[in-house]
Amino acid sequence: MASSTYEPKNRFIKAVNQQLPILSLIHGAVGAGYRAPKNLNYWWNFGSLAGVCLVVQIITGIVLAMHYTPHTSLAFASVEHIMRDVNYGWLLRYIHANGASMFFIVVYVHIFRGLFFGSYRNPREVLWFLGVIIYLLMMATGFMGYVLPWGQMSFWGATVITNLFSAIPVVGDSIVAWLWGGFSVDNPTLNRFFSLHYLLPFVIVGVVILHIWALHIPGSNNPLGIDVKGPQDQVPFHPYYTAKDAFGIGVFLLLFAFFVFYAPNYLGHPDNYTEANPMVTPPHIVPEWYYLPFYAILRAIPDKLGGVIAMFSAILILFAMPWLDGSPARSARFRPIYRMLLWVFVADTFLLGYVGAHAPDYIVHIGGVEIPCLILGQAATAFYFLFFLVIVPVVSRWETPLPLPKSINEAVLKKSAAKA
Amino acid sequence: MATHTEADGVTRRDFLYVAGGAFAAVGAAAAAWPLIDQMNPSADVLALSSTEVDLSNIEVGQSITVMWRGKPVFIRHRTEEEIAEAAAVNVASLPDPQTDAERAVRPEWLIMVGVCTHLGCVPLGQRGDYNGWFCPCHGSHYDTSGRIRKGPAPLNLAIPTYEFLNDTTVKIG
Ligand code: HEM
Ligand code: FES
Repeated sequence: MASSTYEPKNRFIKAVNQQLPILSLIHGAVGAGYRAPKNLNYWWNFGSLAGVCLVVQIITGIVLAMHYTPHTSLAFASVEHIMRDVNYGWLLRYIHANGASMFFIVVYVHIFRGLFFGSYRNPREVLWFLGVIIYLLMMATGFMGYVLPWGQMSFWGATVITNLFSAIPVVGDSIVAWLWGGFSVDNPTLNRFFSLHYLLPFVIVGVVILHIWALHIPGSNNPLGIDVKGPQDQVPFHPYYTAKDAFGIGVFLLLFAFFVFYAPNYLGHPDNYTEANPMVTPPHIVPEWYYLPFYAILRAIPDKLGGVIAMFSAILILFAMPWLDGSPARSARFRPIYRMLLWVFVADTFLLGYVGAHAPDYIVHIGGVEIPCLILGQAATAFYFLFFLVIVPVVSRWETPLPLPKSINEAVLKKSAAKA
Repeated sequence: MATHTEADGVTRRDFLYVAGGAFAAVGAAAAAWPLIDQMNPSADVLALSSTEVDLSNIEVGQSITVMWRGKPVFIRHRTEEEIAEAAAVNVASLPDPQTDAERAVRPEWLIMVGVCTHLGCVPLGQRGDYNGWFCPCHGSHYDTSGRIRKGPAPLNLAIPTYEFLNDTTVKIG
């Protein structure tokens, strides 16, 4: 990958950079020194958006920790104190709470981009694995963060999720007691969750650095899914993609601000404004929206251990994508049948999310037919696994892709000629 | 030090590497254990493990919920019908076979941990298909003896260790 070297004009900067080449590093990572395919579309904005979300969460989180108290008798009150008394406390908390949702929206789109354009395929498997690890860490961080306000959903969400480990044969109950530091979710649990909720985002920062390092070895994939053949296929990252990313950030912040200022509690659950009560489970407990599809899979299997295994497999199966997909083409653009099925899969995850949000015996009316949510969830779960275990391996090997363009440059020139 | 080579090619140095490495591994494991074990229930949490309850005010057909080790414990003064219903069940047909006598020392008093054996919610009393408890979280049904009859929970509601100190006082834990 031909890249220009960094040559500062200023003598002082030059001297510093010589002893600590950090500016060269930045130049090569996100400056003019990094050359990216020239056909990247808006799906490629979501990586930098994820980075913005991570920074926003860390900054607001550190500030919130200055006012929050991790004790069962004070946690709920300290959050109310942040909302009512601390200067701009309401703003900081709403940014952090909605920021987590925004982060998940962005990362889901980012993962979908990878699935659609085949970014998990050789030579980017390690990059993909690191991405899935980030996603797992995000889920753990989000879960523990939601416990901190010590509302009813915090408490019962923590109870149900930690109890998942009790499904493990023989040692399950000892593991759960170890996670809790007691015989139920209680003060020791809250304390350790606070400690880990503070730590994990910095672990994520570390993995993101590895993720970007691994990205820069082969360079970005692109919507055509074909390899870069030479410098004519690329443009320097700065100013082309720094400008495009900045525009994306502007649009994203509009959406973010809409939630923070006009619908700050829309994505949350009102029961979490009731203080935790270990003696009473709310009639309908649901996790945060971003876990709903997996919650639906958990409930679809009528067996405790089976449900837990299915739920974890649904996430971990992403690791297998590089082997499941055997198509000669990376990008779904050239695989019309696979592309259609991939969209059906996306619809299926939305259906799972819907099912996860409703009680198992809730009746859905589909054109006059009454279907209990449980049955719908079982059908959607079956399709979820069918997609990964049958559709991807079989369709990718059987479908002949449309002819691929010779190079990115050629495809781009053809497109602009057609427009002119 | 001259290297002493045995007939099979193993040197004294190889032995030192393996012994040294093994020693370091044991040391690392010993150092890791306190870091892991600190998360287990601490001494004060373990100490809070018994509660005495006065039963004299609980009428037939009433239940109370008391707190034991941070968990709800249901104490139900069962009715004649409930006891009869619990005893009439064919034990072999149950997912977690247990007779009612194994679960209640004195048939009129059913004392059990009010935590669903699925994922830990608190079931609601006198509900569900078997007139016992119903867990709203994922729909588990328990009978009048607290035994699992239907739904995702694998086990009966747990029975804590308890003893009757006299006719109206029970000590849980
Ligand atoms: C904190 C979360 C994450 C951050 C900050 C992050 C950041 C980035 C950035 C900046 C890029 C380059 C720009 C782009 O291609 O959009 C990138 C690329 C990529 N990311 Fe992530 N990412 C995150 C999570 C994930 C997750 C969860 C996955 C998948 C499971 C993933 C998979 C990928 C892949 C496959 C690429 C290469 C894309 C390509 O070149 O086509 N990332 N990531
Ligand atoms: S926790 Fe009771 S049914 Fe799941």
